[in-house]
Amino acid sequence: MNPLLEIENLRVTFPTPRGDLEVVRGLSFTLGRERLGIVGESGSGKSMTGRSILKLVRAPGRVTADKLTFDGIDLLTRSERQMRPIRGARISMVMQDPKFSLNPVMTIGEQIAEALLTHQRLPRREVNNRVLTMLESVRIADPERVAKLYPHEVSGGMGQRVMIAMMLIPEPDLLIADEPTSALDVSVQAQVLDIIDELVKRKGMGLIFISHDLNLVSSYCDRILVMNTGEVVEECKAGELMNAKHPYTRGLIASIPRLDETRTELPVLDRSAWAKK
Amino acid sequence: MTALSLKNLDIFYGEAHITHDVNLEIADGESFALVGESGSGKSTVLKAIAGLAPEWTGEINVFGKPRSHGIDRAFSRQCQMVFQDPYGSLHPRKTVDATLGEALTIHGIGDRSARIEEVMSSVGLDRKFRFRFPHQLSGGQRQRVAIARALMLKPKVLLLDEPTSALDVSVQAEILNLLKRLRQEQNLTFLMVTHNLPVVSFLCDRLAVMRQGRIVEVADVADLKRGDLKDPYSRELMHISAAHAN
Amino acid sequence: MTTLRDWLIDDSPASPMQARLGRFYRIFGALMHNPLAVVGAIIILVLVLTALFAPWIATHDPLRQALGERLLPPSAAHWMGTDELGRDIWSRVVYGARITLAIVTLVAVLAAPAGLVIGVAAGYFGGWVDRILMGITDIFLSLPKLILALAFVAALGPGIENAIIAIAITSWPGYARVARAETMTFKNSEFISAVRLLGASSLRVNLGHVLPLCTSSMIVRVTLDMAGIILTAAGLGFIGLGAQPPLPEWGAMISRGRSFILDQWWVATMPGFAIILVSLGFCFLGDGLRDVLDPKSGEQR
Repeated sequence: MNPLLEIENLRVTFPTPRGDLEVVRGLSFTLGRERLGIVGESGSGKSMTGRSILKLVRAPGRVTADKLTFDGIDLLTRSERQMRPIRGARISMVMQDPKFSLNPVMTIGEQIAEALLTHQRLPRREVNNRVLTMLESVRIADPERVAKLYPHEVSGGMGQRVMIAMMLIPEPDLLIADEPTSALDVSVQAQVLDIIDELVKRKGMGLIFISHDLNLVSSYCDRILVMNTGEVVEECKAGELMNAKHPYTRGLIASIPRLDETRTELPVLDRSAWAKK
Repeated sequence: MTALSLKNLDIFYGEAHITHDVNLEIADGESFALVGESGSGKSTVLKAIAGLAPEWTGEINVFGKPRSHGIDRAFSRQCQMVFQDPYGSLHPRKTVDATLGEALTIHGIGDRSARIEEVMSSVGLDRKFRFRFPHQLSGGQRQRVAIARALMLKPKVLLLDEPTSALDVSVQAEILNLLKRLRQEQNLTFLMVTHNLPVVSFLCDRLAVMRQGRIVEVADVADLKRGDLKDPYSRELMHISAAHAN
Repeated sequence: MTTLRDWLIDDSPASPMQARLGRFYRIFGALMHNPLAVVGAIIILVLVLTALFAPWIATHDPLRQALGERLLPPSAAHWMGTDELGRDIWSRVVYGARITLAIVTLVAVLAAPAGLVIGVAAGYFGGWVDRILMGITDIFLSLPKLILALAFVAALGPGIENAIIAIAITSWPGYARVARAETMTFKNSEFISAVRLLGASSLRVNLGHVLPLCTSSMIVRVTLDMAGIILTAAGLGFIGLGAQPPLPEWGAMISRGRSFILDQWWVATMPGFAIILVSLGFCFLGDGLRDVLDPKSGEQR
């Protein structure tokens, strides 16, 4: 079976007054219908990787790659216009904060319906049913009431579930979730991630889960890429993260405090250890 | 001796009743955590103590003296606050030097240059950062500046509002180590608000769990480490946190 | 030259002065990358230089009448021709730059600080202070600018000084609105809370911390408004309530040239051209400044 997404030697560059700055440096991976986690700290290039798959890197940023194909489609040669039927319909993206991603002057129902209608023609009643079913599947108890609400009338967790509903209603093949739960409380976080997990499994989608949270990613993904300053420093199965080899990954794991913490001082990353290489 | 004591504290934002009957005693030199989810009122308690949420009833005592509803200079020498967002807590047009020197100017304290450099070195900031603007600093460096600003007046109590939740984990470790060291060196009392139980486990001695404006449990951190919290809601928070770590 | 540049862009300045100059250098550099802003800056620079060196640039005495040389078309002797009293239009336009510059500078100096202080006070204190101050502001804003200026000049008496005062009175409410909006976004920010917690007085918080944040948007707003101020001044001059004859004010000059517009087009066109050019210059510069100074987009680069 063909891989869903193939990336070879992806580079994202931004010009600065002091020369070009490469934020993603030669990233390569293939993705099947699986759950891939990309972990890294701020500035590691993880979000830019997600954006460049959808070609959402804004000028003056430049994206180059030897290969960037999605389901046999070469994304590199696609124009902005040709990308449109792919975005949303085949590859969707859930962003960090629902407050900035939802249109404040449209009801939730209208927004979800629009996400569906942009890519398909459907009769009105059918649309309505699909919207309500979708809201139900992200575990919103009374979808009919919620569909009539405006984004400011719902909580953060509910907003994020609405975002997920919006992104999943066109039934994409690949979902890119960029820090989908960072703005949420831990208890809500778990619910939202369970919903994504369930839908991904049921519909057989591919998932790219981008986060700064090692533990979170390892418990929701099959495979993990650890990024640091634009490069992948570690690639492993999620369960084997604790046996990571690279000093960066090990340092990162060690620096997280534990619930039963006994250390008097947390180990700090010695960035000079591998920066020279 | 008691550093901070809250008695029957009810805080309001206009019509909204945020906390109900909060009672706490925090000893001098203790590190105390207030944990809870968003909307639990934990940050509001901190703001009321600092003087940023002036509508409250009940009592707030600092070292035995009742606190007024406003902000006065005597109080600001005893108690300072570190904010959550290192990107929002520094004035974008002021250099590190100006930000730190402001406290000295307000209180008419001389010896400016020496004191700024002393505090900068105690929070681990190199001298070369002294005349930089915030946009020339990383998140961790900004948070160090914010901590340094809070220490300029040599306060006894430090209120910490999620001081590391906006930082990367590797930077979080550095800041947590710093806070721990500063507390030992300067014999500070911490009141920290957070949702992160492992951070509490590392930095604090006792914790109070808040839910919907009420304290549901006060416990020793040793209990948290053993997984021995009593209240069902605290146990739920603890279990989510534990599950998350594995 | 390279050493000065290195000193300016040094990441670790050694003094507050170096830090501040470095910041101005970066803003200046960013501005120079915007072609329209450069054009605007050059126009304004030319205006200032013309005003400063008017006696050397002008070819004739702007007030000297030569009735034998009335209404001559542009030629080598009179680059922009002469007006109905035989005065050299080029020299009058050059001296007019002084008047225009004086008007915009004085209006900016009078109106911007007043608007800034009123707006910051209203935004920071809120409540009844806000209601009263903004009520007054709204009254001024609800009247058309030129009409209001007209009313003031009519009350104060015609003349260039009164025109300046009238324009200043009509332009502060706009600045107060901007300053208030800016203040409201900043007043609950954590860095303002932090300064309050240090024990700073309201006066100190406002003057030392809130006001500096409003100044950049104020500079942008004032620069963009300059065109309007010049046009209002010209408008007042045109209807005879601004600068009085024989002062070479551009608006008044157009007014005089109106009667000959069909046969001697240059009399009204030349000062009109100067007005358009200078207005455009301020607009271009203001747009460029906005891109550079806007706290939301600038400074991050």
